[in-house]
Amino acid sequence: MASIEFVNVTKEFEKKEIIKDLNLRIEDGKFTVLVGPSGCGKTTLLRMIAGIGPQTSGSVLLNGKDISNIAPGKRGVAMVFQNYAIYPTMSVRENIEFGLKNNKVNKIERKKLVESISEAVGLSEYLGRKPSTLSGGQRQRVALARAMVKQPSVFLMDEPLSNLDAKLRAQMRIDLIELHKKLGTTFVYVTHDQVEAMSMADTIVLMNQGLIQQEAPPEEIYHEPNNIFVAQFIGTPPMNIGELGVDGVRFGFRPESVTASTEPVESPFTLQGEVTTREMLGSETLYQIRYKETSFMIKSLIDKFSVNQKIHIGVNSDKLYFFADDGDRIHKDHIHYRDYFEALRGY
Amino acid sequence: MKKYNIWLSLDYILKAAVLLSFVFPFIWMISTSLQTFEETIKIPPTIFPSSPQWINFVDAMSSGPFVTYAKNSVIITSSIIIIQFLVMIPAAYAFAKYDFAGKKILFGMVLIAFMMPGQVTFIPIYLMMADWGLIKTLVPQILPFMSNAFGIFLLRQYFMQIPEEIIEAARLDNASEFKIVWKIMTPMAKPALATIALFSFVSHWNDYFWPLVMTDTNEVRPLTLGIAMLKQSEGISNWHIIMAGNVVLVVPILIVYLLCSKHIVKAFVYSGIK
Ligand SMILES: Nc1ncnc2c1ncn2[C@@H]1O[C@H](COP(=O)(O)OP(=O)(O)OP(=O)(O)O)[C@@H](O)[C@H]1O
Ligand SMILES: [Mg+2]
Repeated sequence: MASIEFVNVTKEFEKKEIIKDLNLRIEDGKFTVLVGPSGCGKTTLLRMIAGIGPQTSGSVLLNGKDISNIAPGKRGVAMVFQNYAIYPTMSVRENIEFGLKNNKVNKIERKKLVESISEAVGLSEYLGRKPSTLSGGQRQRVALARAMVKQPSVFLMDEPLSNLDAKLRAQMRIDLIELHKKLGTTFVYVTHDQVEAMSMADTIVLMNQGLIQQEAPPEEIYHEPNNIFVAQFIGTPPMNIGELGVDGVRFGFRPESVTASTEPVESPFTLQGEVTTREMLGSETLYQIRYKETSFMIKSLIDKFSVNQKIHIGVNSDKLYFFADDGDRIHKDHIHYRDYFEALRGY
Repeated sequence: MKKYNIWLSLDYILKAAVLLSFVFPFIWMISTSLQTFEETIKIPPTIFPSSPQWINFVDAMSSGPFVTYAKNSVIITSSIIIIQFLVMIPAAYAFAKYDFAGKKILFGMVLIAFMMPGQVTFIPIYLMMADWGLIKTLVPQILPFMSNAFGIFLLRQYFMQIPEEIIEAARLDNASEFKIVWKIMTPMAKPALATIALFSFVSHWNDYFWPLVMTDTNEVRPLTLGIAMLKQSEGISNWHIIMAGNVVLVVPILIVYLLCSKHIVKAFVYSGIK
């Protein structure tokens, strides 16, 4: 059991500040997902927790205690690396057992642990094999088993599913959620796949360029984004953003919150535009609608609109978002919120 | 079509010529080692001896303390290789994966040592060994080769290609640096180590110059000197005996080569799992 805390942490690589004065608390027993675009510093954060890439300044606390001087192997932390980092010359069994041997676990205990873990991840038949003879999915399981067998109090996972095919990835997602339920330990999971983040997380920490943009449960991140970056990062296709033309304010709405019809619709925000592209996704259809010089994406259950057709779209007031010129969200209690809302009627 | 055939046959002829120029001395050596004295001086020269003279080997080996020579050669070469591994592996690991003050300078010194021929250093080393009273032992033939600059260089290149994450994973598995070097890095570098061992074996097994200047009694001389002395021991050159001695010298090299060869190609192409 362990909570993790970053206090005023910065990290520099070759004099370049990658993480800027970061404060973050990761709750004990929670499944926390770090998400953000490539290069935003997710791996860097994990490596600080693990102790293999220490911070430049500030402190990292584990259960309230500064761990800067504790060796990586003594922190009770296990990590699944992005590229697995399995020991290629050792068999699957030796890979899983290596950490236990170093921790002086006796032979009988070791055998019991290795066997129960490999049973749990479905590797029992492969214990004698060399990693080079395993498939990508099996290697990933070895990496997972190697971390699990140490019974760590913190599980760090760096995009562990990125090398798997879509089907296996979906399966592993469920397996990991179940694993977390069963172990009840702290999971810190890195991904740049927002679907993974939304489906697995108790808490999402969304980062960009070394700064935390928002830290919230998936529903809140989706429904109440703090700023334009969060609004556009989560959701596919991303939130539509338009210029309001007042104070540099921008408005936004999600493609899936649109009512579309060939008849005029009753909504606070409506417009008539022309369908420029149509993508049939199965249960839903994506349309791009051109209106004046801009265009908006909409996602609809109706698939009967065709390209070049003129259609009406409308968005309800609770699905509309406003952002100030610096990108930050303008909430309903903002003094000018009404004004912006009225301005949008005349859009 | 015709032109193509000409080029193709030319290609084969050239290959055959290259092969022959490498193989012929071997055939000559083996053939001579099995001839009688008369056959060795006959003109035109004999290629296939009328009946193989295995006695030549017995004659060669009984003309001096060859058991001692062979024992010395084995002790010297195997000690050198073992000591070199013990020194080279941690050194290469440090150069490949650590940052420390003076790293560049120290590595530069390794490279200089790599390019320094033994002929430059043998006098001071001899004097030093004589001072320490070690000339009547095998030490002067082993100690100066403790570190292998070429080996450190090759192994460092190899270690640098091993992903950092594997080492970090081991650290998270609570492995000591000692364990990382010997249990993780060394097994992964097997191909490079086989190559280095082979080069080192060949150069020290065949070494003539160094033992020549470092020894003054038969008790500490290796095979190369013993075989060279076959030539001097008789008034005229008994080529069949000398060649028999040479065959004895070369056979272990072939055996070691066969043991290492499957790793050697790999050494130059890192083959970790992707
Ligand atoms: N060892 C290093 N030396 C120099 N710069 C580094 C080093 N490691 C990371 N960086 C830089 O730090 C930034 C953050 O890297 P990090 O690996 O944390 O990104 P990430 O969020 O994990 O990205 P990805 O999703 O692509 O894995 C990047 O700009 C990267 O170039
Ligand atoms: Mg990363």
